[in-house]
Amino acid sequence: MSLEYNRYLSQTAKELQPSGIRKFFDLAASMEGVISLGVGEPDFVTPWSIREAAILSIEQGFTSYTANPGMLELRQEITSYLGTRFGVKYDPTNQVIVTIGASQAIDLAFRAILNQGDEVLIVEPAFVSYAPLVSIAGGTPIAVATSPVNGFKVTAAQIEAAITENTKAILLCSPNNPTGSTLTKDELLEISKVLKKHDLLVVSDEIYAELTYDESFTSMASIEGMYERTILINGFSKGFAMTGWRLGFLAAPKEFVEVMLKIFQYTTMCAPNMLQHGAIEALRNTYHEVESMRNSYRRRRNFVVQALNQMGLDCHTPGGAFYVFPSIRATGLSSEQFAEELLMQEKVAVVPGHVFGESGEGYIRCSYATSMPQLQEALKRIQRFIESRGVNPKKDTVECHTPS
Amino acid sequence: MRLSSEEIEILKIIEENHKISVETIASMALCSEETVNQTIEKLEQAKIIMSYPTLIDWSKVEGHENVVAMIDVKVTPKRGVGFDEVAGRISRFSEVSSLYLMSGAYDLSITVEGKTMNQIATFVSEKLSTIENVVSTTTHFMLKKYKHDGVIFSSDNEDKDRRMVVTP
Ligand SMILES: Cc1ncc(COP(=O)(O)O)c(C=O)c1O
Repeated sequence: MSLEYNRYLSQTAKELQPSGIRKFFDLAASMEGVISLGVGEPDFVTPWSIREAAILSIEQGFTSYTANPGMLELRQEITSYLGTRFGVKYDPTNQVIVTIGASQAIDLAFRAILNQGDEVLIVEPAFVSYAPLVSIAGGTPIAVATSPVNGFKVTAAQIEAAITENTKAILLCSPNNPTGSTLTKDELLEISKVLKKHDLLVVSDEIYAELTYDESFTSMASIEGMYERTILINGFSKGFAMTGWRLGFLAAPKEFVEVMLKIFQYTTMCAPNMLQHGAIEALRNTYHEVESMRNSYRRRRNFVVQALNQMGLDCHTPGGAFYVFPSIRATGLSSEQFAEELLMQEKVAVVPGHVFGESGEGYIRCSYATSMPQLQEALKRIQRFIESRGVNPKKDTVECHTPS
Repeated sequence: MRLSSEEIEILKIIEENHKISVETIASMALCSEETVNQTIEKLEQAKIIMSYPTLIDWSKVEGHENVVAMIDVKVTPKRGVGFDEVAGRISRFSEVSSLYLMSGAYDLSITVEGKTMNQIATFVSEKLSTIENVVSTTTHFMLKKYKHDGVIFSSDNEDKDRRMVVTP
């Protein structure tokens, strides 16, 4: 006799939706010879000097716990990085925690600020973890839908319209996963006015800060009056090509950090010692490599956006991250059908847009963190696929265009 | 020569892979195909684009495993022309694949390629050492190539994509 397991499980946990990404992974992983545009991570291997620093630290015997919020040396590098790159000043002794990926930093932020019934605005299409993490922390995620009309950017007015008396915070992610949309300083300023007016907090996911292509990146915490109400999330995964290292960090006013650190002490103790040595090297000495990866992504972005538009899939030019989010409406297929049939027919994996929220329906996420030869082949196959669906390529696409 | 940022962008793209089509380069650099063609032609003429070599790991091709040696050469510089004259003479030999003037214990560093060790030995003893002003030569045979021109030569492929097919 098996147990009546349902009876034992947490209601909140049971009600969580499995990620749509997972389903697609299972489908694609079972096939051979797939070109994947479905990956949310760099195609570069972590720069060698970072790997070398971690190896050396193991050789030297750095195998113990570190201070809870991370090695002071690393926190100092992080604060000086945030200061020089984005103009935001934090105190390494009490304003920074080194976490297990940006993922854990987001979790800590929600756990620290949410009470039962608090609402968090989530700009959709959104990274798959946000809404579940709000729910786990006892809050209620409220979607704010964006559209390609203005490049999937959320406006101050859209935010204001979604605010209720229960709204506690907003999760902002710029550059965004999956749309790549990137808010300019002026747009952040407009948004900040609404947030101040309604006394809201911001959990600002800046994990793609190093991957902006047309304008320099502005951190929400650097906008006047926002520092006090911002929990800044960042990490090494994307910009430094260190996804598998599971290292991220957060920075915030010390009153927030104190509470997050309590949770972190009990759940995690500290991030792995030897990996923190790698992260120090990353911040100290690999800036030229980050820059060269960024340049490579930017060129691939230009190519992919143009190729998709030319074949008849409308695609805005995203300002950052390594995703494009073209509309597949012209094919008459749902995004799930599109992704499944493309995979079966042409062996190209993309992620259907609806897994990032309802407003993602009608779009697919294609990652261009893949080598140029692979991208070229994948786009050829996508073109063949949509031609078989009767979509006409645009013959009159303009040769020269500047990114919006 | 001062280049525009667009010209540098085009150079970076073809430096990475010169087989990319003009159309694709144009879309990557956000310029017209005409600009790409004109830029490439201009930079070829200015000898900024020197050639389009293909890096081949001959050691993997049976019967084509070249022998490579690096030779340190001391020379007596000539009045007026310094090292240039003797360097110019040496660089014309087809066996010589690179030649640099160095600071330090010797003057010229030469890379020589040949089919056999014997062929290289003959080149050194009969051609190189007999050149006037060449005072001495030290020949180092290369045993294994690990990295060349920024490319890592290895069978253990770091280029292998180890990512899962779909990730968040
Ligand atoms: C927007 C966004 N935030 C956070 C993460 C998680 O990053 P990490 O690997 O540092 O946990 C991702 C990864 O895909 C992401 O896209």
